[in-house]
Amino acid sequence: MPRWKPDPTFYPSPRDAIAGPPEKLAYVAAFDRAAQTPDAIAVLDVDPGSGSYGQVVGWTSLPHTGDELHHFGWNACSSALCPSAPHPHAERRYLIVPGLRSSRIHVLDTRPDAAAPQVVKVIEAEELAAKAGYSRPHTVHCGPGGIYVTALGGADGAEGPGGIALLDHTSFEVLDRWEADRGPQYLAYDAWWHIAHDVLVSSEWGTPSMIEDGVVAELLLGRKYGHALHFWDLRGRKHLQTVDLGDEHQMALELRPAHDPTKKYGFAGVVVSVEDLSASVWLWHEEDGRWTATKVISIPAEPADPAALPPVIQPFGAVPPLVTDIDLSVDDQWLYVSCWGTGELRRYDVSDPFHPVAAGSVRIGGIVNRTPHPAAPDLPLAGGPQMVEVSRDGKRVYVTNSLYGAWDDQFYPDGVGAWMAKLDSGTEFTFDQRFFPHGDAFRGLRPHQTRLQGGDASSDSYCYP
Amino acid sequence: MTEGSLAALVVLGAFHGLNPGMGWLFAVARGFQERSGEDGRRRGRAVVLQSLPAIAAGHAAAIGVIAILVAVTRSVVAGRTVAIAGGVVLVGFGLWRLLSRRHFRWVGMRLSLAQLAGWSFLMSSVHGAGLMLVPFLTNLDGAVAGHHHGGVAAGAGNALSAGIFVTGVHTLAMFVVAGAIAVVVYEVVGLAVLRHAWFNLDRIWAIALIGAGIITLATA
Repeated sequence: MPRWKPDPTFYPSPRDAIAGPPEKLAYVAAFDRAAQTPDAIAVLDVDPGSGSYGQVVGWTSLPHTGDELHHFGWNACSSALCPSAPHPHAERRYLIVPGLRSSRIHVLDTRPDAAAPQVVKVIEAEELAAKAGYSRPHTVHCGPGGIYVTALGGADGAEGPGGIALLDHTSFEVLDRWEADRGPQYLAYDAWWHIAHDVLVSSEWGTPSMIEDGVVAELLLGRKYGHALHFWDLRGRKHLQTVDLGDEHQMALELRPAHDPTKKYGFAGVVVSVEDLSASVWLWHEEDGRWTATKVISIPAEPADPAALPPVIQPFGAVPPLVTDIDLSVDDQWLYVSCWGTGELRRYDVSDPFHPVAAGSVRIGGIVNRTPHPAAPDLPLAGGPQMVEVSRDGKRVYVTNSLYGAWDDQFYPDGVGAWMAKLDSGTEFTFDQRFFPHGDAFRGLRPHQTRLQGGDASSDSYCYP
Repeated sequence: MTEGSLAALVVLGAFHGLNPGMGWLFAVARGFQERSGEDGRRRGRAVVLQSLPAIAAGHAAAIGVIAILVAVTRSVVAGRTVAIAGGVVLVGFGLWRLLSRRHFRWVGMRLSLAQLAGWSFLMSSVHGAGLMLVPFLTNLDGAVAGHHHGGVAAGAGNALSAGIFVTGVHTLAMFVVAGAIAVVVYEVVGLAVLRHAWFNLDRIWAIALIGAGIITLATA
C-alpha cells in the first residue's frame, strides 16, 4: 500500500538528512567462508539507551549456503524525491542483498519487524544472466528509473565485461543491462553518480577468476587489476570518458561522490601501488569540461619483520596499508579511510577536497600489530577496519573486519576472526567502549557491509542542495 | 459553457498546478542548482521563472492533444457516443492509476527548456491530465450547436476553438498556481516542507479520474 505522506527517511537535501533522528538498528552482512551454514543479515542494536546496545538482536538466515554476502542496499532512498520522476510515497523497506559468489540477489522485507527481516524474494543467478548478462552482483544503489546493481562478471561463465544490471523499483525483477554503449569499459566494481548532473561514475576491481581464489600475485605485479575510473552519461547510458590513474595504482574500488548535488567531485580509494605498496585516495573533478583525477592522500607501507608477515607479502618486508574502503560524511566534510592491512582507521577533514587534512586516527587489528579493542585490551585482533559506514548525522562511524573470504585467508592466514566496532566522531575520534560485538556474536560468520536503519552516508543521493 | 463548469475547469487547473510531480518542483530544483555562489539567488530565481512557461507549455500540449482528439471525433461521431466512450476510458484509466504500482520512469536532471517542456508533456500525459478534462470537452455548447446547425466542417471548427479555450483556461490556472508555489518555496519556505506537505496526490488524482468518468457517463 503506498503511503499518504513521503517516507520519513527520505530527505530532500543532505542538510535535512543530517538533522534526522539517529539510527537504532544496523544491518550487517555476514557470510560463512566454509559455505556450511547459510549466510545471514545480522541486526545490531545501535541505540545507546537500549539494554541490548551493541548486541546482535536479530538474525535472518538466507535460504542457501555459499552465497558470500558482501555489499547490499535499500530498495528506495532520498533519490525518490527527485523532481524528474518522483515517487515520494514509496517505502524504504526492502534490503537488496546480493550473493557475490552465488550471484543470487535476495530481497529482505524489514516490515513489520525491523529487527527480524524476512526473505521475500530470491532472484536466481540464471535470471540475472539471462536478462542482464551479468554475474557476481556487488554494489546496490537506489536511483533514477530503478535499482542499480553493479556486477563483476559476465554471464554463463564469461569473465566479463562486468557492469550494471537495472532492477525494477517495485517488483525487483531484473529489467535489463544498464549500459547502452560501454565504450572501452571491461572491469567493474563500484558505481555511483552525480545525480543532479546526469553523470554516473564506475570503478574497477577484477573479473571472477582474478579474485575468487585470492589475489593473484602475477596479475598484481603485472598490473592487470583495475586502475581506472569511468564516467558515464547517466541519462543516455553511454560511456563518456576513462580516467586512468596509472597502472601502478592497482584496484580502484570505492567511490564516494559529494552529497551536495551542486558539486561535481568525489573520492576514490586505491588499494595498493605496486611501486611502493602505498595506498592512495584520489579526487575526481572537472577541469575545462573534462573529468580528471588527482591523488590527494597517499599512505605509505609500514616496514615489518618478514617473519611476521603472511607468505603473500613476505618478500616485501613491509605491510601495505590496503585501503579497501572509504566513506564520506553526508556534509562532505569528513572522509574516513580504512587501512585493512596496517589496522588503522584514519579521519581526514576534506572541507577543501583538494587538500585533505589528517584529523584523527585509531588502530585496531592489523597484519602485524593485532591491536586490541579498548573494551577487551587482552584480546589481539586479526583483520582490520574494513567496511566503514557513517551515520547520517556524521557522529557515529561503524567498522567491520572482513574483506572478502579468499583474501582474508591470504592476509590473515591464522584466521581473520569477526568483530565490529563503533567510533564517536566529533572533536575527538575515539572508540565507543560499549560497542564491540565480536567472536561468537557473529556465530562463526564474517561481517562485511553495514547498512543503517533509515539510511546512511553511502546509501542516499539528493537532488536538492 | 456555464459558470459552474468554468469554475470547475479553473479548479482542476489549480489542482494540476499544485501537484509537485507536474512541474513546480522541477522548476525549484533547477533554481536551487544554480543558487550557490555570488549572485546565485538571483540567477536561481531567473531559472525558476524560465522553467515555468516551458512546464506549462508541455502541460498545455498534453491537454490540447486530448481536446483536439475529442473535438474532432465529436464532429463526425454522435456526441453521446463520444461521451460514453470517453467516460469508459476515464474510469478504466483511473482504476489503472489507482491499482497499478508502476511509476513514471524518467532519468535526467539537466534538461534544456525544450526538453523540460517535453518532460512536462509526458508527465502530464501518462498521469491522464488531459483525460481529466473529458467531461468538459464532451459537454461543450459551441460544438453541439455547430453540429446541429452548421454541418460537419463548422462543427469541427467550433469544437476546436472550444477545445483551445478549455486548454487555455485550464493551463492558465495551472501555471498561476504552480508559479506561485514555486516562487514561495524557492524564496521563503524551502524544500524541507516536502517531507510533511507532499500528500499522495496520485491516489486523489486517480479517484478524480474515475469521478470525471462517472460524470461524463451520467451526463451523456
